[in-house]
Amino acid sequence: MTALISIQGGAKRFVKGRETITIFDHLDMTIEAGDFIAIMGPSGSGKTTLLNLLGGIDRATAGSITFAGQRLDQMSEGQLSAWRAANVGFIFQFYNLMPALNAARNVELPLLLTSLGGGERKRRVETALQIVGLAERAKHFPREMSGGQQQRVAIARAIVADPKMLLCDEPTGDLDRKTADEILSMLQLLNKEMGKTIIMVTHDPEAARYANRVLHLDKGRFVEQVAA
Amino acid sequence: MTDFSLILANLFSRKLRAILMLVAIFFAFLIFGVLAGVQNGFNSIGGGAGENRLVTINKINFTQPLPVAYVERIRAVNGVARATYANWFGGYYQDGKNQVVTFAIDPEFYLDVFASEFTLTPEERAAFMADRTGLLVGRKTADQQGWKLGDRIPLSSNIYTNKNTGKQTWDFTIVGILEPAREDAGTNVTFFHHAYFNESVTFGQDTVGWIVIETADKAQNTAVSKAIDEMFANSPAETATDTEKAFNQAFVGQLGNITLIVTLVVGAAFITILMIVGNTMVMAVRERTKEIGVMKTLGFPSGRIFKMVLGESLMLSLLGGLPALGVAALLLHLMRKAVGFPGLALSSDFVAMGIAIMLALGLLTGIIPAWNALRLNIVTALGRQ
Repeated sequence: MTALISIQGGAKRFVKGRETITIFDHLDMTIEAGDFIAIMGPSGSGKTTLLNLLGGIDRATAGSITFAGQRLDQMSEGQLSAWRAANVGFIFQFYNLMPALNAARNVELPLLLTSLGGGERKRRVETALQIVGLAERAKHFPREMSGGQQQRVAIARAIVADPKMLLCDEPTGDLDRKTADEILSMLQLLNKEMGKTIIMVTHDPEAARYANRVLHLDKGRFVEQVAA
Repeated sequence: MTDFSLILANLFSRKLRAILMLVAIFFAFLIFGVLAGVQNGFNSIGGGAGENRLVTINKINFTQPLPVAYVERIRAVNGVARATYANWFGGYYQDGKNQVVTFAIDPEFYLDVFASEFTLTPEERAAFMADRTGLLVGRKTADQQGWKLGDRIPLSSNIYTNKNTGKQTWDFTIVGILEPAREDAGTNVTFFHHAYFNESVTFGQDTVGWIVIETADKAQNTAVSKAIDEMFANSPAETATDTEKAFNQAFVGQLGNITLIVTLVVGAAFITILMIVGNTMVMAVRERTKEIGVMKTLGFPSGRIFKMVLGESLMLSLLGGLPALGVAALLLHLMRKAVGFPGLALSSDFVAMGIAIMLALGLLTGIIPAWNALRLNIVTALGRQ
């Protein structure tokens, strides 16, 4: 496998008043294409901050982040937006669907950033909803769906533009065990069958078992690597 | 789905709030439209005036009479083609509230001077000239009152008393219907012989309310006006002569400064709506902070989000305002038909001004939330629960 994304000498610091808070420093990490990584660690360990840097929605204080040979840390805001639209699918703990849009339109949202025509967009939306098993709920609004169903719509939205990488921030944190397992199985399927590279932040050891590798982050450092 | 449908979906994500804002904007622009139409009506009052017509009134004000003898002296002024005169009768029919715009006129010249306003068949004109109690009724008045040729009509005056009867009523026979000579000519008038009026009133004999002069050439208007007013300077009834348009507008001016009223009412409504809609838009976008953060995360560029938020407020303004102008135009049309006031209409200038105000409202109320959305930091937005 080849490296898809890596962070070298990564640092993230915040200035609060006179105090400088270091989230992590000199962090090195490489994730290969097609891998499924779980990042675990206690609250405040920097998991979500790391995910934000890898997803190009936050900038590192120091270090480089390289995605398939492209330096994210050297991109402008506009370039990062375009890069995210083309390469990254995001799955959040609280789904973050648009309440005013039905499932199909929520899934279609990332396709507005492509040059695809209406017909092709519709076909892709249908396919994505079929993959997550919600084709019959296309016209339903988020408020009309359960948490598990909303998260499946969010997964459909994350994969509809066919990104190389999925970033999941506590994707099962708001779900019961059974539903969480369904969602995690779906992510595993996307990794194995569709070759999506998945980086998942989680507190849940059960969830981490679905990953190929588990990275433990504590006080800004990876303390051990465990093969799942 | 397009950006447009996304804007619409966001706008109506809270239907009740969106509808209330639309209603507020609708009524603001309805007020604007109707008042603008009324102002347009008043502005157009002088619009049908003949360019070479002048009006001479008593210098004190137009309620004070002028001696009828002035008419012949004015006819002799160099540059005067024709001169005629009229008196305000203060007429009503049966009920004091049922006002009928009635003038006692000089039959020989008045109809000629105002030939560009009304048409009358030769037979009706001949009948009017032959009958001192004949009444010419404008089409609008005839339709409103349900009058027709040959009807005997008692018209009362709220000013004069008929010395023959001791009452304030005169009897007339309708001998002609005045049809409008052009589309915007007002035909809510009635005319009768000044001689019939003059011989029967208990006061004000041999006086006229105003004299209408037709100059040989509009280029002579100023010189003729000056000559007339100089001729009667230092007399018991000094005159003030101006163009018919200026006279009409001065008459309307007695009602107050319509433009100022329109500006103040519309301005107050506009500022109130601006504050309500602006505040609501800021709140609405703030509530969607996380959604905007998600859109940015998905890759929507900040500039596109800025345009969408601004588009939302513009859409709100146009969706509320455009139907209001349509309804205002309809109301003005109904009012125009009902009262026979030809200028009551929403002119293209006012429509353009209305649309410009809608765009300004949309931009002003949308710019702050759009700017906030533009500058929104994704991490901060996603962290806000």
